[in-house]
Amino acid sequence: MLTRIEWDWEPGSREIADISKWQTQFNWVEEPCVSPNGEQVAAIVNLAEGEFNVCVNGKTWETVFDKIWHLRFAPDGRPVAFVSDTGEWTVAVDGRTWTHKFGYVWDMMFSPDGQNIAVAVQQDMAYGMALNDVIWKKTYSNLTNPTLSPDGSSTAATVQVADFGEGEIYKFQKGVFSVALDGQTWDTAFVNVWKSAISADGQKLAAEVRLNLYDYTIAVNGTPWSQTFDCVWEPIFHPQNNAVIAPVRSGGKWLLAQDGQIVWDRNFVQLWHPMVSPDGNTLAAIVAPKYGRWTVAVNGRPWSVTFKDQLSEAVFSPDGKRVAASAKSDGRWTIVADGVVWKNRFDRVWPPIFSPSGETLAAKIERNGRYSIAVNDHIWDQVFDAVWDPVFSPEGDKILLRTLNNDRYVRHVVPVEEILH
Amino acid sequence: MHSIYAFVSGPLAWLAFIIFIGGCLYRLISLMVLVHRKEKFIYSYMSLKYSLRSIFRWSMPFATENMRRHPALTIVAFAFHICLILTPLFLLAHVTLVEESWNISWWTLPEGWAEMMSLIVILACGFFLMRRLVNPEVKYVTSASDYILLAIVAAPFITGILVYYQWFGYEILLILHILSGEIMLVAIPFTRLSHMLFAPLTRAYMGSEFGGVRHAKDW
Amino acid sequence: MAEAARKEEKKIIDEGLDVGVQNLTEERIEKVITRVLKGESGARLKAYIETCVHCGLCSEACHYYLSHDKDPQYSPVGKVKQTLWKMLKAKGKVSAEFIKDASEIASTQCNVCKRCAMYCPFGIDIAYMMLTVRRICHLLGVTPLYIQDTAHSHAVTMNQMWVKDDEWIDTLQWQEEEAQAEIPTLRIPLEKEGADIMYSVIGPEPKFQAQLLYQAAVIMDVAGVDWTMPATPGWDNSDMAMYTGDNEIMGRVKRAHFETAARLRVNRIVMGECGHAFRSVYDMGNRWLGWRMPPIPIVHAIDFYYELIKNKKITITEKFKEPVTLHDPCNVIRGGGLAEKARFVINAICEQLIEMHPNREHNYCCCAGGGVINCGPPYKMTRMDGNRIKAEQLFAAKSRGAKILIAPCHNCHSGLEDINHHYGLGYEVKFISDILYDVIEKPS
Repeated sequence: MLTRIEWDWEPGSREIADISKWQTQFNWVEEPCVSPNGEQVAAIVNLAEGEFNVCVNGKTWETVFDKIWHLRFAPDGRPVAFVSDTGEWTVAVDGRTWTHKFGYVWDMMFSPDGQNIAVAVQQDMAYGMALNDVIWKKTYSNLTNPTLSPDGSSTAATVQVADFGEGEIYKFQKGVFSVALDGQTWDTAFVNVWKSAISADGQKLAAEVRLNLYDYTIAVNGTPWSQTFDCVWEPIFHPQNNAVIAPVRSGGKWLLAQDGQIVWDRNFVQLWHPMVSPDGNTLAAIVAPKYGRWTVAVNGRPWSVTFKDQLSEAVFSPDGKRVAASAKSDGRWTIVADGVVWKNRFDRVWPPIFSPSGETLAAKIERNGRYSIAVNDHIWDQVFDAVWDPVFSPEGDKILLRTLNNDRYVRHVVPVEEILH
Repeated sequence: MHSIYAFVSGPLAWLAFIIFIGGCLYRLISLMVLVHRKEKFIYSYMSLKYSLRSIFRWSMPFATENMRRHPALTIVAFAFHICLILTPLFLLAHVTLVEESWNISWWTLPEGWAEMMSLIVILACGFFLMRRLVNPEVKYVTSASDYILLAIVAAPFITGILVYYQWFGYEILLILHILSGEIMLVAIPFTRLSHMLFAPLTRAYMGSEFGGVRHAKDW
Repeated sequence: MAEAARKEEKKIIDEGLDVGVQNLTEERIEKVITRVLKGESGARLKAYIETCVHCGLCSEACHYYLSHDKDPQYSPVGKVKQTLWKMLKAKGKVSAEFIKDASEIASTQCNVCKRCAMYCPFGIDIAYMMLTVRRICHLLGVTPLYIQDTAHSHAVTMNQMWVKDDEWIDTLQWQEEEAQAEIPTLRIPLEKEGADIMYSVIGPEPKFQAQLLYQAAVIMDVAGVDWTMPATPGWDNSDMAMYTGDNEIMGRVKRAHFETAARLRVNRIVMGECGHAFRSVYDMGNRWLGWRMPPIPIVHAIDFYYELIKNKKITITEKFKEPVTLHDPCNVIRGGGLAEKARFVINAICEQLIEMHPNREHNYCCCAGGGVINCGPPYKMTRMDGNRIKAEQLFAAKSRGAKILIAPCHNCHSGLEDINHHYGLGYEVKFISDILYDVIEKPS
C-alpha cells in the first residue's frame, strides 16, 4: 500500500476507465466506487441471471458469484464486497473470499489504515462478528450496533444473552442484553444496550444502557455510572485520558457528561455527536440551543449562527483549532466553519474536509443536479455527473478529485490555487 | 342599607374590577410564562394567518360542522355570548353610572333591548341547565361547579331584570345585582369562565397546527 | 347506572396491565403523576383543562361514542373525566386499579385521531391529553402487553417487528430477486449514498407483507426514480413507542431514521402507505428531538404517487374497473392535508370513486390506529364494538356500489379488514399501491 505522500500528485487529469464500455459488456453496472488514491474504479456487474462479478478498472474478478452487494474500497485501496455462492455468504477482498462462510454477513467496517476488516455475521441464527476472517468464539441469538476499536484490532456489539419469547415483556424488562468485546460479554445484562465505543488502548468498553424502562446511563466495562438520566446518547472516549463523554438528558434538557459528571455549564434542546479534538484540548458537539435551531457548541459555547433544518458531520481540523460542518436551512445547504457561514448555498453539500494544516476547507457540492467541489467558499468552475469527496495532498496545496462525466471516470490533481482564484 | 350599598358600589366594585383585570392579566401572563418556560416550541408554530382563520371560522354561526349538527345550541350559544357581553357594556343605567362618576359616556342600548337581551341570557342559562340535566353526554361530565358557574352567570341578569322592574325590595335587589356582577367579574379569571381568556389562545394554537403544519381544516 | 353495566361487560385479561399494577405503590403513582402533570406538561395541558366548559360537544366526533349508542363514558371528554380529571382532583393520589382502568381507556378506547379537536369549539386537543395519560401509565409500567412488546422491539432493533439486522437486508434482496422475474434489470439499490430518495417502510412490510416492497420497487423502477434503501437499522419509520408514551424510545427510533437518511445524503424520504409513521416522523418524533419540521422532507406515498402521475413519470395503461371507495386515514388527511391528492391519485387509476360519508378530515376513524390494534387480540372486540359506526358508513358506500375499499394506511388497512369481516361487509381492502402496481405501464 502506498502512503498518501507516495500517490501521484502531479497536477493534471487522467482517465482511468470508460464505464460506458462496461455497460455494453454486462447486463448492468451498479453504482461505481473509487479507491482512496483515485487509481481504481470498481462496480458490481451483472453477467446473467444470478451471476455477478466485480469489475475493477475494466477487469473482473476471477470468480463469479450468485450475488454481490456492498462493494467498497478499504482505506488501503483493496476492493471489498459481500459475496454469495450456493447460498453461503462471505467477504471477498480483491476477489479472494474469506475461508469462513456464513448464513449472512453485513455491516462492513474498516480500520483507518484499511488493514482490518470487520463484519457482523449470522450462521444458523447464531450471531457474532468476524475480524479479518477470524470469528468470535461465542455466538448470540441477536446482535446489533457492531463497532470497531480505533485501531481496528477489536470488535464489539450489543448482544442478546438470554432468550425470551414474543410477549414476554417481564423477562425482557429483567434485562437480557449485554455488550460483547471480541465475543466476550460483560457479566452484567441490561434492559437495553445501544451503541458502544472501545477506548484507544482497547482496554475499555463504554455503552449507552437502559437500566429499566426509564433510567438511562452509560456503563463502562459493565459498571454503570452511579448517576442515571432520563435518556443518554452514545458515549465516546477521550483519546488521551480515556474519560468517557456522553450527552445525557435531565429535566427535559440535554447536557454533556464526562464520567457521570456534567461538564458543560449550560443545557440544550438537543446535544449529540460530541467529539474531542485530536490534541484532546477541545470538546465540541452538535447542539440545538433553541427549539428548531441547530449549530455547533465548542467547549459548551454554541456558535451564534444557527440553522433551521439540520447540521451534520462536524469535524475538527487536524490541529484541533478549527471546527467545520455542513448545515441546511430552508432546504439549502452550506458550510459553516468556526461559526462563519459560507456565502454560497448548494442543493446538497457533503461533509467538509480540512487540509492537513487546517487552513483550507473543501467539500463536495451539488447544484442543479451537477456536482463539483468548493474550497474556502469558492466553487470550482468545472461540473460533473458525479464527484467523490476531495482529498488533500500531504502539503495541502493540491486536491485529488475523482470525477465521472459521461461514464468516463477521471482522476484529477488540481492545485488549490487554481480553484481559489 | 345605604352604607351597604355605598360599600358594594364603591370599594367592593373597585376591588372586583381590580381583581378581574389583575386576575385576567395574571392568568394570561402566567400562562405565557409557562409556555416560555416549558413549551417554547409552541411559539414556533403560531401563525397569525391560521390563528385568525380558525378564530374567525369559529366566530361565525353555522360555519363549522359541529355547529350545523346542533342548530339550537348554536343559536342559543351565539345569542347568549353576544347578549352576555353587550348588555352590561351598553346598558343605559350602567353608562349613566359611569358618566356620573367620570363624565364619559358611550352609545347605549335602546329602551327594551337590554331587557330582552337579559332575558335571552337567562333563558340561555336555562337551556344550558337543561342540557346539563337532560343530555347524557353533558350530564356525565357535569359537576356541582358547573351549576355554580351557571348560577354565577345568570345571577346578575336575573337581579338586573328584577331591579329594572322594581317589583320589590329595590334597594336590596340592587345590592344583590351589584354583588352578583362583582362575583362574576371576580370569577372570570379564576374559574372555567376563564375560557373567555384562553379560548382564543387554544383556538389560535389549534388553528396554527392544523393550518400551518397539518395543512387541514380545523372545523 | 350505565357505568356499572359497562364495567361488567368487559373483563379483558391483559398481563401488561394486570401484572403491571401489582408493582405499584401509592407513593410511586403520586410521584409519577406529579412528574408528568406538573413537571413534563406545561401551558397546553393547563389551558386545555381550565378552558373546557364540560359542554360535551366533542362527543359526536368520537366513533366509540357513536358506536356505543352514545354512551357518555366513551365521549372524548368522558374519557378525560375518567382519567386526567380524577388524577388532577386527587393530586395524583389514585389507586393502582384506577391506573389500570386509565391505561385501558387511554390506550384502547381512544385512537388519538384528533377528530374531536375539530368538534371542540375551543380546539382542545383531547388526543394530546390521552397521550399524556399513556405517558403516565408508561412511567408506571402499566401498558397493554402487546404494544409494550412492540415498544421493546423498537428499543432493541429500531423496528416494530423484531426484524434482525440481517433479516431486513435479506428480505430486500429476496424481493429484488422476485421482482427481477418480472423486470430482469430491476434493482432495490441498497446504501446508494447520494440518491435522490430514501424509501422507508414499517416493520410489518418485511415481516408479513413483502409483496409491498416488491410493488414499491416496481413502481420506483418503472418511474425511473433515483432511490435507495438503507442496509442498517433506521429503515423503519414506524413508532409504537410514540403511542405507549415512551417518548425516549420514540426519539431514539426517529433519530436512527433521520440520521440514516442523512448518512445516505438523500434529498427526501419517501414513505410507504402508513399513517402513524407519518405522524411520528412529521409531527411527534421530530419535535421530541428538537426539529421544528423534519430535517429531511418527508413525502407520504399518496403525495409521491400524486407527483409521479402528475409529472407523467408513470403511465396508466387501463384504469381499475371496479368501483372503489376511499378511507381517509387520520394521520395523513387530518394530519397531513393529503385529502385532495389522494382523490387525484384514485381518480387517475380507478374508473369510479364512490365517496363514503363523512369523508376527508371528517372521516370516521378505523379504530385500529393510535396503537389500539397494536394492543393485540385482547382488544379486538373493543375495536369491533367500538366502531359499528364505521361499518354503517362502509355499508352505505357499499349500497351505492363500492366494491373495493382503499385504505392507504397500514393500521387502517388491518383495522378495516377486521371490521369488514366482523360485520360481513364483503369489501376487498386494498392499498393504493396494490392498484397502482396493477395499472401502470411496465416494460414488457
